[in-house]
Amino acid sequence: MAGIYVHIPFCRKQCSYCDFYKSTLLENKKTLLVSLMKELDHKANYLEGDRIETIYIGGGTPSVLSIEEINLLLSKISAVYKVSDKAEITFEANPDDLNKTYLERLYNNTVINRLSIGIQSFIDRDLRLLNRRHDSTKAKHAIRDTLKAGFSDVSIDLIYSIPGMSMDEWICNLNTAFSFNIHHLSAYFLTFEPGTCIYGKLKNKEIDQVKEEQSLEQYKKLIEIAEKAGYIQYEISNFSLPGHLSKHNSGYWSGKKYIGIGPSAHSYNIKTRQWNVSDNAEYIMKINQNRTYFEMEHLNLKTRFNEYIMTGLRTKWGIDLKEIEKKFGTEFYRLIINKALPFLKNNDIEEKENHYFLTSKGIFIADYIISAMFLD
Amino acid sequence: MPSKEEDRCMENIRNFCIIAHIDHGKSTLADRMLLTTHTLSERDFKDQVLDNMDLERERGITIKSHAVQMDFILEGKKYILNLIDTPGHVDFSYEVSRSIAACEGALLVVDATQGVQAQTISNLYQAIDHNLEIIPVLNKMDMPSAMPDEVRDQIIDLTGCSREDIIEASAKTGYGIDRIMKEIVRKIPPPKGDPAAPLQALIFDSVFNSFRGIFAYFKVFNGEIRKGEKVKFVATGRIYDADEIGVLKIKFQPRDVLYAGDVGYIISGIKSAREVKVGDTITHVSRPCDKAITGFEEVKPMVFAGIYPVDADDYEELRASLEKLQLNDASLSFVPESSAALGFGFRCGFLGLLHMEIVQERLDREFDMDIINTVPNVSFKAYTTKGEMIDVHNPSGMPEPANLDYIEEPYIIAQVICRSENVGPIMTLCIDKRGTLKNQLYLTSNRIELTFDMPLSEIVFDFYDKLKSISKGYASFDYHMSGYRKADLVRLDMLLNGEMVDALSSLIHRSHAYNFGRRVCEKLKELIHRQQFDIAIQAAIGSKIIARETVKAVRKDVTAKCYGGDITRKRKLLEKQKKGKKRMRQIGTVEVPQSAFLAVLKMD
Repeated sequence: MAGIYVHIPFCRKQCSYCDFYKSTLLENKKTLLVSLMKELDHKANYLEGDRIETIYIGGGTPSVLSIEEINLLLSKISAVYKVSDKAEITFEANPDDLNKTYLERLYNNTVINRLSIGIQSFIDRDLRLLNRRHDSTKAKHAIRDTLKAGFSDVSIDLIYSIPGMSMDEWICNLNTAFSFNIHHLSAYFLTFEPGTCIYGKLKNKEIDQVKEEQSLEQYKKLIEIAEKAGYIQYEISNFSLPGHLSKHNSGYWSGKKYIGIGPSAHSYNIKTRQWNVSDNAEYIMKINQNRTYFEMEHLNLKTRFNEYIMTGLRTKWGIDLKEIEKKFGTEFYRLIINKALPFLKNNDIEEKENHYFLTSKGIFIADYIISAMFLD
Repeated sequence: MPSKEEDRCMENIRNFCIIAHIDHGKSTLADRMLLTTHTLSERDFKDQVLDNMDLERERGITIKSHAVQMDFILEGKKYILNLIDTPGHVDFSYEVSRSIAACEGALLVVDATQGVQAQTISNLYQAIDHNLEIIPVLNKMDMPSAMPDEVRDQIIDLTGCSREDIIEASAKTGYGIDRIMKEIVRKIPPPKGDPAAPLQALIFDSVFNSFRGIFAYFKVFNGEIRKGEKVKFVATGRIYDADEIGVLKIKFQPRDVLYAGDVGYIISGIKSAREVKVGDTITHVSRPCDKAITGFEEVKPMVFAGIYPVDADDYEELRASLEKLQLNDASLSFVPESSAALGFGFRCGFLGLLHMEIVQERLDREFDMDIINTVPNVSFKAYTTKGEMIDVHNPSGMPEPANLDYIEEPYIIAQVICRSENVGPIMTLCIDKRGTLKNQLYLTSNRIELTFDMPLSEIVFDFYDKLKSISKGYASFDYHMSGYRKADLVRLDMLLNGEMVDALSSLIHRSHAYNFGRRVCEKLKELIHRQQFDIAIQAAIGSKIIARETVKAVRKDVTAKCYGGDITRKRKLLEKQKKGKKRMRQIGTVEVPQSAFLAVLKMD
C-alpha cells in the first residue's frame, strides 16, 4: 500500500501566507509536465512494487491544469504503477478555477474522485489579506457546484487566527462550511513563515499576530463545532464525516510509503526520505540531463521511532505500544513508557488498550509533548 | 662559531624587552629583528613567531612570554641580543615586572596612528623604576593615518626624551630597523654582575613541554651555572639537578655553562608549572647566595568563578583537564565545590577577567570540555563577630549574617586614558561603579588620563565592555591593587518558584542591589523558556523579596500542518526543541538554560 503525490508548482497569484514552492511563470507548464512524466519513470522502483492506493495532485495550484493535462499525468501513473481500482484520487483546486464546465469535465472525464478546495475563509477582508483570487461569493458557489457536479468526497481548507478575525466571524465561517454538508475539513491557524508576504507585514508591524489565548479559543471552538456537526477529529487539523477521512494524508501519519513527483516534493519508503530541488528551472534541467535532482536522508531506528511518535500522537489512533515493542525493541518501549509518565500524570496523554493518545487538553501542547517524548 | 671568550664577555650582551600596547606592532617588530639578524630565515618565517599558542595569535596578544637570543654584528664586533618577550595584558602585570627586572633596556613601541595607551604607561613606569634604558620607537609610520607629531609629543611628555631620540619605524616594511638595532647596542648598557659571586639567577618565565616537563627561563645576575649542577629554587626550597641548560634561538641550544648577564633556560625534570614560581631565585646548593633577588611575590588570584561540567559525568574529566592546564599555567588555581543547582564542579581562581576567559576557552578548545561558568566574583574578606578573618571566594561561603561583623573588599587604582570628548560619560561610568576620581591629567590637548579609586568587584562585571562602547574603543584601561576596605555588601539571591539557585547568587553593594535584582529578573525572564506551569522569578536579600517576574505557562504549542513534505522539517524542528531542553539544568521543576548562569554578565 502506497501513495503518489504530484506537485503542480504553479499559481496564478501568490497567496500572502504560503511558503510552499510555486511559481507564477505559467509558460513553463508544458516543459515541467514532460519532466514530471520522466520522474514518474525514474521513481518506478522506489516503492518496491507496492500497489498504489492513493494519488494526490497538490500544489501550488493543480487547477491551472487542463483536463487533458490532468489525464496525461494520471494515465502515465497507471502505465508505470499498479494503481488499485478503488484508489482515492484527490485533486486540489482553487475556487476561482472551479467553473461549471471544468467541474463537470473533472467529474465525468477523469478518474479523480475527491476534491480539496482552498476556501480559507468566507470573509472578503480575510481573503484580501491572504491575497486569494476569490471572494466569499465565489467560495460558496465553488463548493455548491462541486457537490452538484457529483463529487461525493469534498474537502475544504479553512484558516483561523487571521489578524482581525473575531470569534463570531470564525464561528460563522465554520457554520457556513458545515451547512454545505462537505465531507472533510482541514483547518489551520495562520502561521507566519519567513519569506512570505504576510511575515514581512508582521515584521513591519502593519499587522498584529492574534494573541495566543485568542488563537487557542478559536481552536477549541473549531473542535467543539465540528464535533457537534458530526465530524470526527482524526488529526490535529483534520475533521471528517465518518468514512470520509483523507486516506492519502492518513498514509503520511501511519508510515505508509509514498513518492512525491515534482519540484520540492518529498518521497518516503521507510528506509529513506528524499526531497526534490525546489526550483522549476533547476528541476527541469536536472531531470533532462539525468542528474541528481533530490537530496536524501537515511532513516535510522531512532529517527524512525521519533517520526512514529510525532505522526502517531497527532492522530486519533495514537501510538501503539505493542507495535513499538515489536518494531523498535524493548529498550525503546521502556524509554517511551518512562517519558510518558509525567504527561499521563498531568492528564495530557491517556492510555487505552495499549495505545497512547493526546487528551483533549494535551492536544494544545502537542509539540511540547512530542519533543519531550523524542529520544536523543 | 664564536669563541668561548667572546661569549663570556658581558660587554657584548644586551638584554631588552619591548613595551607596547596590544596591536601596536610588538610581534611584527620582533619578527623583523629575527630576520635582520638571520636568527630566522625568510623561508622559515612565520607570522609572529613569538606568539605560539593559537589563542594568542587569534587574540593578537602574547600571553606567555619567551626569550630569544640573536647575534648582531656592529662595526666588526659581535653582540648577543636577548629579547625578552612580555605579556601585554593587565592581568599579567606581575609577570611583566619580572621580565623587566631581567633587562637593562626596553624598546618603547608606540603606534603612530593610535598614540600612547594606558597599559603602555604602566609598563613603562615599571621599566623606568627598574632603571631600564628606554629607546622610544614610533611604529607604523607607513600608515596614511599616522600622526607622528602628536604621538611624538606624547612620548616626550612621558619619557622626557628629546625629539631626536625617537626612532621612526615600520616593523611591517622594515623601515627604521637598522637604527633600532644600532641603538640597542649603543644605548642599552651591558648587564652588570659578578661572575665569581655565588649563583643568583632570576626566573622570569616558564613553559611546559609535554615531553620534557618545565623549561624555566632565567637571567643570571651573579655567578655561573653549569650543566649537571645541583641547584635550589629559593622561594620553594626545592632542589634539582640542572639536567640541561642552554639558550633559545628559535630552537633550544644546550650549553655547558651560562655566566652572569646571560639569559637562558633550565630543564630539571620539573613536571608542573606550580613548582616554578616566576620571580624566584636559582642558586647553588653547595654555595648558595646570601639573599634572593628582590621583588618576588606569590601570585594571588583576584577573580573567582565556578566551572561546572554540563554533563555531571564529566566531572573527573574536568578535573583532569584543569590539572593539565595548571601544568603550564601556574596562576590558575582551583578547588572542588558543589552547588545545589549545578552539582559538582570547581571554584577557580584567576589573575583577572582575561585570564578567566583564556582558561575557559582553552578548556573548550584544547580539552573539548562542555562547561558552565558562573558569575565571577572577587575575593572578599569577611570578619566574624569572634574576630576571625575568612577569605570568601564564593557568595555561598559568606558567614551567616548573625556571625558576620563586617566585610572588606579589594580596591584598585584604575587608570583610564581617553579622548577629551569621552571624559564625561567615562566619569559617569566610573562613579556609577562606585569609583572616586583621584586625578585628571591632560597628556595632550585631547587625550586625558583619569585616575580612579574603585572597588575591583565593579570591573569584574561589565566594565570593559561599557568603557569600550562609550569610547568607541579608544579608551584604554589599566589597574593595580590598592588594598582592602570595608564595604556595605549584601548577598542577592535568585529564586525560581521559591527555590534558591545558589549558582545565581551574587555579593553586591547594597546601593546597587535593588536595581540589579530587578534587571536579573528581567534577563532571566527572557532566557527561561515557558513550561507547563507559571514560573516565578524572584530576587531576594535574605527573606525579603525585592523583585519579581513571571514566565507564563505554555498554553498552546502545536503546529497546524504536518504532511508528507513537512515530516522531515517538522521532525527536525522538534528535535531542535528537544536539544534546547537537553542543554538545560533542572532546578526543582524548572528547566534553566546554561546561558542564564552568565546572564548577569550580559546585562546592559
